[in-house]
Amino acid sequence: MDILRFITAGNVDDGKSTLIGRLLYDTKQIFADQLEAIESSGRLNEDGQVDLSLLTDGLKAEREQGITIDVAYKYFSTEKRKFIIADAPGHIQYTRNMVTGASNSNLSIILVDARKGVQEQTRRHSIISSLLGIPHLVICINKMDLVGYEEQVYNQIVEDYKQFAKKLRAKEITFIPVSALKGDNIVEGSELTMPWYKGPSLLEHLEQVPVSQDFNLEDARFPVQYVIRPLTAEHHDYRGYAGKVISGTYKAGDKVTVQPSGQTSTIKSVELGGQVLEEAFAPMSVVLQLEDDVDISRGDMIVKAAENLEVAQEFEAEVCWMHNKALKPGAKLLLRHNSTETRCVVRNIDYKIDINTLDHLEDVDQIQLNDICRVQIKAASPLLLDKYADNRANGGFILVDETSFATVGAGMVAEIEY
Amino acid sequence: MTKRYLDYLDQLEAEAIHIMREVAGQFEKPALLFSGGKDSITLVRLAEKAFRPGKFPFPLVHIDTGHNFPEAIRYRDELAERLGEKLIVRNVEDTIKRKSLSEPKGRYASRNALQTHTLLETIEEFGFDACIGGARRDEEKARAKERIFSVRDEFGQWDPKRQRPELWNIYNGRVHKGENVRVFPISNWTELDVWNYIKREEIELPNIYYTHERECLVRDGKLMAWSDFIFQEPDDVVVKKQVRFRTVGDMTCTAAVESIAHDIDGVIAEILESKISERGATRIDDKLSETAMEDRKKGGYF
Repeated sequence: MDILRFITAGNVDDGKSTLIGRLLYDTKQIFADQLEAIESSGRLNEDGQVDLSLLTDGLKAEREQGITIDVAYKYFSTEKRKFIIADAPGHIQYTRNMVTGASNSNLSIILVDARKGVQEQTRRHSIISSLLGIPHLVICINKMDLVGYEEQVYNQIVEDYKQFAKKLRAKEITFIPVSALKGDNIVEGSELTMPWYKGPSLLEHLEQVPVSQDFNLEDARFPVQYVIRPLTAEHHDYRGYAGKVISGTYKAGDKVTVQPSGQTSTIKSVELGGQVLEEAFAPMSVVLQLEDDVDISRGDMIVKAAENLEVAQEFEAEVCWMHNKALKPGAKLLLRHNSTETRCVVRNIDYKIDINTLDHLEDVDQIQLNDICRVQIKAASPLLLDKYADNRANGGFILVDETSFATVGAGMVAEIEY
Repeated sequence: MTKRYLDYLDQLEAEAIHIMREVAGQFEKPALLFSGGKDSITLVRLAEKAFRPGKFPFPLVHIDTGHNFPEAIRYRDELAERLGEKLIVRNVEDTIKRKSLSEPKGRYASRNALQTHTLLETIEEFGFDACIGGARRDEEKARAKERIFSVRDEFGQWDPKRQRPELWNIYNGRVHKGENVRVFPISNWTELDVWNYIKREEIELPNIYYTHERECLVRDGKLMAWSDFIFQEPDDVVVKKQVRFRTVGDMTCTAAVESIAHDIDGVIAEILESKISERGATRIDDKLSETAMEDRKKGGYF
């Protein structure tokens, strides 16, 4: 049994909350008290059934306005998988929330209203999912019950979407015709209503999407978080480098380089909780011991010597701005990348990305809240970076305001200048 | 190519260890809030995995209401002793005396709310800048929206609107002096995940988590452990029941459930079952209170 983390983004009326409610309800994850609370609220849908959307909107303001404001995390599991849902709002004014939810997701569910077809928000959600490097997209063509379960309607939307999707980076796109309200193709199939559809139901698809391959096991990256030095009689000279294998694999005997210093050594052992392991691979948290006494502290990265990696201070990135105060060229910020923190300056804004079309808008002099821009950044100290497209685990960073310490931006490395 | 596959409990464990080490790396004076409950016991095991063969880079801190189960207190002391880790205990009783706080009175009297005063005092006394806790997002709807690194102001308050976006596995623990961060390493775990982890790790729990015979008061359909601390009314009936505790906190606000589970497998089976069978038992109360609240709101509106 493994874990699938997925995001659902949606606007009012597109049936997102009903869809999540249906997944939770039909997999019997709803506790009695939650269901009772809804039943007693007296809100029923047009079929006289419990309004499943009420299961998901947590904050009082959200229930009252019928919208989702912040990312909410929800959990359910089947015999095959544990699922973590990042339930994010879909409106353009909440782009930063969707970006946040998308950053940790391996799959994105995008809802299309069968009556309306591919809309601006369909494109926006697809583009954000693609910019954040989500490998699997599932396009749920919802409300099929309202178009008479017509195959032609479905086919036309699939065609339209494929046309648009040519510019997306997603590895895999799957289409499923559903009715969240009636439960068609959500957990159960739709042999009666849509005999022409031969594919899996949404849940079947979620259970079988191959996610273990989404971990990058090629590029070995181990950011050191903390140095373990017991200084006891028993472990007098013990030095263990505690961290998480964010990508790649490590085992005893591997030749390694410590960046940014460039010192080299060999792995003596891989451990966890004092137990020796044969090998560590992403996303395991372990301790590495090295053969040589090298100077390593938090923020350093242990990589494989054979990869011949270099550190860099200047790079280009796509940045989603998350703060009310606009970002202007020349701004100095704190940059946090894995366990490193350094100061940086945003030197130039190359262009803004229109998140409804992916078009580039030139001559931009500042980045507003929820904008995504391509910028040039110079860091105060050298970093070991990967392009986000090559290694999602080592290509993302956050920008922090130097005085308020608020997280003001999320960045994805696009080009590195060595 | 060899298949490299990490089980879901291993993935959750790796994430929690990473978070704990971020606390160790980012803060000067962290602490682990230890209640003696299963979630904080799980945190202690995760800390062992994160920092052995070294010592924990934080003390265990327990805010004792004075109304805790003696079994949990005994477990706490033995655990700290066995691990050789520092345990700090601060008593709500002392805060009440020093600050002349009023003790809650009446039928639902509990010192649970007063704990906050003692916690904030303790944070101030030691200058803690991060407190690790065992809260989970599946517990409650508002919790489902809280961050793993949750920034609190100098009054310890959470402001949902001021939350920092939390992306990838990058945690921003920068705070001003006087502010602190609550950190929840098992945010993404469910109740069942915790039990499955306890089973896998063969973690010993206080025996009140398993079935035992106990004298209980029946209050609003819930079984409360009978003790000197609980408010008693003349017509209260004390019954002997086979029970276990699903959560372990202050005796005055922790209800027991009837159970025959004498080991972890039994508890897990009961939790899985409870989604169906507990409906019948809990439904009536929930309905009453939910409708009552809904009615009051409507009444005020119209």
